[in-house]
Amino acid sequence: MIKILKYSFYDLMRSRWSYIYFLFYLILGFVLFFLNSDVNKAIITLLNIIIVLTPLIGTVFGIMYYYTSREFTELLLSQPLKRSTIFVGQYLGIVISLSLSLVVGLGIPFIAYGVTRSAAVWNFSSLLFIGAFLTFIFVALAYNIALTFNDKIKGFGFAILLWLVMAVIYDGLIMIVMMQYSDYPLDNFALAAVIFNPIDLSRILILLKLDISALLGYTGAVFQRFFGTSMGMIIAVSILSVWVILPLLRIISVARKKDF
Amino acid sequence: MTVSLHMKVFLFCFLTLSVVSHAETFDVCASCDYITIKSAIEKAKDGDTITVRKGIYKETEIFVNRSLVIIGKDLPILHGENKQESIFAVEADNFIISGFKFVNVGMSYVKEIAGVFLSHCNNFSVKDNYFEDVFYAFIIHRSSYGIIENNHIQGQARDESSSGNGIHVWKCENIRIERNKIYGMRDGIYLEFVKKSVISDNHSIDNIRYGLHFMFSDHNEYHHNEFRTNGAGVAVMYSKFIDMHHNTFHFNWGMASYGLLLKEINDATIENNYFEQNTTGINIDGCNRIRYRSNHFVRNGWALKFTGGCYANVFEYNNFNFNAFDLAYNGRLNDNRFDGNYWSEYVGYDLDRNGIGDVPYRPVKLFSFIVNRTPETIILMRSLFIDIINFSEKVSPIFTPDALVDNHPIMKPIVW
Amino acid sequence: MVEIRQLYKSFGKVSVLEGIDLSFDQSGIFAVLGPNGSGKTTLIKCILGMVIPQKGDISINGDSILRKWNYRNHISYLPQIANFPQNIKVIELIYMIKNLRSQSAQELDLVEKFGLQPFLDKKLGNLSGGTRQKVNILLTFMFDAPLIILDEPTTGLDPVALIYLKELLRKEKDRGKTILITTHIMNLVDEIADRVVFLLDGKIYFNGTADEMKSQTGQRNLEHAIATILKKEYY
Repeated sequence: MIKILKYSFYDLMRSRWSYIYFLFYLILGFVLFFLNSDVNKAIITLLNIIIVLTPLIGTVFGIMYYYTSREFTELLLSQPLKRSTIFVGQYLGIVISLSLSLVVGLGIPFIAYGVTRSAAVWNFSSLLFIGAFLTFIFVALAYNIALTFNDKIKGFGFAILLWLVMAVIYDGLIMIVMMQYSDYPLDNFALAAVIFNPIDLSRILILLKLDISALLGYTGAVFQRFFGTSMGMIIAVSILSVWVILPLLRIISVARKKDF
Repeated sequence: MTVSLHMKVFLFCFLTLSVVSHAETFDVCASCDYITIKSAIEKAKDGDTITVRKGIYKETEIFVNRSLVIIGKDLPILHGENKQESIFAVEADNFIISGFKFVNVGMSYVKEIAGVFLSHCNNFSVKDNYFEDVFYAFIIHRSSYGIIENNHIQGQARDESSSGNGIHVWKCENIRIERNKIYGMRDGIYLEFVKKSVISDNHSIDNIRYGLHFMFSDHNEYHHNEFRTNGAGVAVMYSKFIDMHHNTFHFNWGMASYGLLLKEINDATIENNYFEQNTTGINIDGCNRIRYRSNHFVRNGWALKFTGGCYANVFEYNNFNFNAFDLAYNGRLNDNRFDGNYWSEYVGYDLDRNGIGDVPYRPVKLFSFIVNRTPETIILMRSLFIDIINFSEKVSPIFTPDALVDNHPIMKPIVW
Repeated sequence: MVEIRQLYKSFGKVSVLEGIDLSFDQSGIFAVLGPNGSGKTTLIKCILGMVIPQKGDISINGDSILRKWNYRNHISYLPQIANFPQNIKVIELIYMIKNLRSQSAQELDLVEKFGLQPFLDKKLGNLSGGTRQKVNILLTFMFDAPLIILDEPTTGLDPVALIYLKELLRKEKDRGKTILITTHIMNLVDEIADRVVFLLDGKIYFNGTADEMKSQTGQRNLEHAIATILKKEYY
């Protein structure tokens, strides 16, 4: 598995898109710090970008990598390798190279501007952690879609749709439901709704860490009470992990039965 | 200004008079003729001075009913032993108390207990004192022409019911509260039925309820104060003709925190104040005919939040810089005018280069509108979906009211 | 060596293999022929474990190989389309496959024979189809596996390379290997195949030597023999 991982990783690290992705974060980081020296504000801007972009890039890279390397995957399949080894290895290769682009790309400007010495370092680290987590989740989901649809166009369409649902439509539905039932207490509904979408969960986790959490009002307090405890944190991280593990298990099981 | 002139004239006459009438001085200390303050006061007559030397005095209910100058030398400590009794209880005119440190004034759920309890007093000055661990520092009832100056009050308030206010003023007129520093009380300064008074240059910090609190108090003025990290900076309730200017409200940050809370206020002016990083800069509830001018709203959650009907308010030449929401409102906003303000979110252009944007600015975002209808939707903050609907609303407004527009948004912030 | 029993495979409603019984029990070159869609590639992929049959069993040297992967250490496979990662150099790909198989390999001879020396440091994305196929062949023959499976090995090869390929096949056969080959080039089959398996609609239509096939159909060359079979079936 390590070998496959290594090759997928090197393969991606050499591709133009990895550089672009890396440079994007690098430039973004420097520009943000250049424009405002307030770290917390930079983190809020980054939050906006990361919770939208990491899932999108993860999805697109995942899908693209699967389809473009399909023949090569077949070559691998004819080699004495377990199927789960091949796919999990490729998955990890993609995920690690994308996460690395994110962490290093943003890490360099942050270190250059001396954030490691400020109190924001924890907020910043958790932002990167969540960004990496979202990459893990969405590449896994994209791989699931790719394994399900042999048709490239169909797979790509579904992947984008998935991203759109998670990043945009889901929130729209929550909003409509909430406005429809605004006479009822909605805090628990909000909590449940957020938990089931990794993008929302990530967004809330970061928001609660930043001082803008005060703006979340009473509902925010309910969230704070839930996620503020170590138990809540464990639950949150577990849920995010489930979002990685379940798709990963499905990758393994689908790969085992699939014909190539 | 009239108040202060009045006071100066009075103090001058008072001091001159005491010299002329050969006022005596009583020394109080462990080795002096008078060991207790009470014993000295018993002997003193109007116009005398009592000098209290360094030491710890465990006296409470020191009753003062004459015009005395009571001065602590080298900060003598007045220890309340946490008894349910005030330390100084004054019912007199023309007196000065200064230079003491008040500690351990007892707490009570039923009785008002203070370091300095003034009742029916006129023409007085209480200054340069320290208060530590006191239930109330000052309670002032039915008094006038007094000055509370340069006191340093440090409390350890934990919850509202078991804590008292720093300076508690009730039914008074012409009081001046200047240059005090108040930390960790319930309300830093509390005014109820107080008129024609001025609160200036105070620092009110870390108080669990309000930094400054007006109730039913008309015709007052406060300026050049700092209100930092209080439950809410200042609450002005049920009062008229309050002049608020040159104050700084900052870091009043928390779930239900405000920089300034206005409730049923009419005919006030709010000018040249600085609101930074408050959850809500100004919470405006049922207020009419208020003029907001040249205020700076920087990085607040909501710069302005209206609840209840507000009529005929004018907002001119204010800066709105990087607030999460510039404006939120509930119900109807009638006849309010926004004109010539600076909005950092304004993206219009100024082709004729007159410094005024050519396109009107709408300060209410769609999301702000939705959150006001259904507060729980706030959890969608910073979701891409919200950005999208805000943008589409900006491009073609459907929900946000047409009337709520700044027709002359200025292109550059007003320099502070 | 390879034993296939009652193999069934369908993709959705399309049934591709319908009860294949086949065994290659000695060394030699076996050509699997058939028209497009007859199930050649599927059969090969079943042996490789890339396609999972619904029914039946495949065993190599007496052990069932279904859902196993270790046995592939003893198979060299040349896939139909050689589409490699674009960003990797030829030399890196060779090392990579060697690394993955953890077996010793003789790639140097082959590099020389196919004239791949100048391409070793080029990225695979920049190679022509023929060169890529040469790399593909190299990757297949550099290991010393007792079972070799070739899916359309001649695609894109120039005549010189084709001669080398045939040479290679003969040499491997002489070393006692079992070689399965699918191809459309009947001359190649005629020239080198010890046995011909003809698949039609998922069934084995013919299993014997090329000469037997010719005599059965009364044709002098293999191409016509096959054409006769197909005409009989379809027209």
